[in-house]
Amino acid sequence: MMTDSEVLPAHDAPAARTAAAARREHVGRLLQHHGALIVLAVLVVVGSVAFDFFATPENAASVVVSSSFLAIIALGMTFVIISGGIDLSVGSLFVLGGVLAAYGSQAGVVVALLLPLAVCGTFGLVQGLIIARTGMAPFIVTLAGLLGVRGLMLALSNEGATTYLVKNPAFAALGQGELFGLTYPVYIAAALALLCMLLLQRTGFGQNVFAIGGNEHAATLMGVPVVRTKVLVYLMSGLLAGLAGALNAARLSSGVTILGIGLELDVIAAVVIGGTLLTGGAGSVTGTVSGVLLLGVIQSLINQIGDLTSSFQQVVSGGFLALVVIAQRLLSKAQRLN
Amino acid sequence: MGASEEPVLEARQVTKRFPGVVALDGVSFAVLPGEVHALVGENGAGKSTLIKVFTGVYRPDGGELRYQGERVAFGTPLEAQRSGISTIYQEVNLVPMMSVARNLLLGREPRNRLGVIDATRMYAEAEALLAGYGVRTDVRRPLRTLGMGAQQMVALARAISVDARVVIMDEPTSSLEPREVETLFGVIRRLRDDGIAVVYVSHRLDELYQVCDRVTVLRDGRLAHTGPMAGLDRLRLISLMLGRALDEVRTSGATRFSRDHDAEATGAPVMEARSLTSRHVLRDVSVSVRPGEVVGLGGLLGAGRSETAKAILGALPLDSGVVLVAGLPLRRGSTTTAIRAGVSLLPEDRKAEGIIPNLSVRENIVLASLSRLARGGVVSDARVDEVVDAFIRKLRIKASSPHQKVSELSGGNQQKVLLARWLAVRPKVLLLDEPTRGIDVGAKAEVQALIDELADEGLGVLLISSDLEELAEGSDRIIVLREGAVVAELSGADVTEQGIMTSIAHHSPTSGPLAVEPVTRADHSSKAESHD
Repeated sequence: MMTDSEVLPAHDAPAARTAAAARREHVGRLLQHHGALIVLAVLVVVGSVAFDFFATPENAASVVVSSSFLAIIALGMTFVIISGGIDLSVGSLFVLGGVLAAYGSQAGVVVALLLPLAVCGTFGLVQGLIIARTGMAPFIVTLAGLLGVRGLMLALSNEGATTYLVKNPAFAALGQGELFGLTYPVYIAAALALLCMLLLQRTGFGQNVFAIGGNEHAATLMGVPVVRTKVLVYLMSGLLAGLAGALNAARLSSGVTILGIGLELDVIAAVVIGGTLLTGGAGSVTGTVSGVLLLGVIQSLINQIGDLTSSFQQVVSGGFLALVVIAQRLLSKAQRLN
Repeated sequence: MGASEEPVLEARQVTKRFPGVVALDGVSFAVLPGEVHALVGENGAGKSTLIKVFTGVYRPDGGELRYQGERVAFGTPLEAQRSGISTIYQEVNLVPMMSVARNLLLGREPRNRLGVIDATRMYAEAEALLAGYGVRTDVRRPLRTLGMGAQQMVALARAISVDARVVIMDEPTSSLEPREVETLFGVIRRLRDDGIAVVYVSHRLDELYQVCDRVTVLRDGRLAHTGPMAGLDRLRLISLMLGRALDEVRTSGATRFSRDHDAEATGAPVMEARSLTSRHVLRDVSVSVRPGEVVGLGGLLGAGRSETAKAILGALPLDSGVVLVAGLPLRRGSTTTAIRAGVSLLPEDRKAEGIIPNLSVRENIVLASLSRLARGGVVSDARVDEVVDAFIRKLRIKASSPHQKVSELSGGNQQKVLLARWLAVRPKVLLLDEPTRGIDVGAKAEVQALIDELADEGLGVLLISSDLEELAEGSDRIIVLREGAVVAELSGADVTEQGIMTSIAHHSPTSGPLAVEPVTRADHSSKAESHD
């Protein structure tokens, strides 16, 4: 039999530990949310010092302009990944959107925009319905989407032999027109990013996305409309990919079919580098935008170093992605220990 | 709480069957507004099934469910929740990465005029709501950075603030610190005063006596007892849970244990576990087993018996403590080392942790000892056959051939195959976790006889069993656990069912807020008790 002398653990010790843990947690969260932004700032400073050409308005504009299309797709992908899913079909949808926009531009600006949105949105919707209703793995469903859409695009363009040119000047202006030295897609991407930020942080839909990715079972028990939210997330991803494709077609004045292979992987990389957990439940729009710009700056810097071919951009991006994932793993481990 | 009041939630003669099992057999249960009703029972008693029937996870096969006087049938957990039945699970069912405030108000966030979430008001509301439950914290922090107690309190606050009439708590204190338990009890009492019905599931007897007004005991899917908590003797409560009436404890039972268990084994322990401690699970548990000795581990469900066995094998993370086998300490947290040193565990859950159903009897038996049967990495078929045949004969495994699939065997024979697997690695000490659960009477007697034989051959055995008769008759010594700590060690003539129950019922070893005054044992008139 035990005696009464057995004491309970003192409560003061945990209090001290909690303070240190809270500090660690705070630093961890800061790195998680703004790690990409910090690295981006460092790279910009280093690049400006090292290369004369880097810190010019022309170069900055070129980085921002070329990043805007990736950014639009990455916004949708951010919601998908936070909800605990993945969308591999966005690269194909981007290309299909471009081809459809170029094709539709024969009938005017409205058709050139609506046609890709309608078709790509439908693909996103169907994928979302399959994933949410049947519980099939998003990886498989959207992989099927990737292959199917690519095939459809090849059929539309006679295996790439036919390239639809954008002859409608109004539509071309959408991709090429400039305001303060930046093309319109940059402003469109920025406006969408602000909208997505609001959607993610300040609406019930955004909260539901976080809840589903954080703990789907708990979310169900808490009354979150899981199916509806998931469907919306994939619909959004499809729409944004189609829009990015349309804008790109307007910029290039043609629906180019060879671009966009493997683009989905760049998008996922940008989102993850931006601090969104690949396992879902955490992430931010600002992180994604930083991640996209970071990839753009890396590419720009590699281009400055004349000896290296642009293939090295992928080596560096890949290495960086690996570092981010390892860092995330360590951070979440440290946080769990508390 | 008035006896004349209408029950807010009631199950009438509810039956629920699963393939091969009747989980609930005509169980009636009623909870009144403003009462805290304890629901207790051992493994397989039907508690979880009953809760799941109430919360819309399962639909009953028979009987009816009444809520606020009307017959109801909940299709989903959400439906039950919307009607006002909230459940707080043992595991906090919230989203760990989201902030406290967002968890608390998910789906009901305050909006501004534009329909956008008003963060300032959300944080203020969450803070005010939590302060009502004695939790003062930065509600902007992710939920997971809070202690388990505070997380549990957030879950509770969320559950109640959705206008609950009934709150079901499934072992809410299993990961709480004593002072957090106190806060929880304060909240429970306030709920009771507000006229909310609370169904409280716990294995901690002290807690039941501290907060519950009435108690319902389930056993083997049937109602064993329902009545007021006060005046119910602890020993009587335990005997109701375990199904062993105090006056019918036999001196020589129906088990097949035949060894003279009164003789004390001597010699150095083959396995010695010293001060095993793991937060919320085990506290300073020491157990030693000598060669040829059967040591029983007694206690109620959740007392830490299986956890002790897992800790010895290295499968449970420990904060401190050491396990010695044949005098040498094992590396902590490595099951490989433990198995190599001669520790084998026959796990409690045969299906999930033991047999591989699609493999043959032969393959299942040699699975753990392949390296022992191999030469230069190549397994010798002849040696495997030799071992397999020997064990099939020795353990009297009934299979059409060694190549029969294990899934085609009866439960008792599956258990023997598992036993053979672990005996084939030639252990020095065998940990048996509920070795006879779920197998038929004949097979049970055979397994019991085998345990005797193995001990006679010099193996040290640690026996965990919820069957008190089996435990008392099969063990040389018994260590009784309660809430993760050793409360008694019985040896010699004290190794009886009565002795085990008395030790379990004995006053809590914990000092501090958890401890309560012993309940008066004089009033045992059992007026309000009913038996099925």
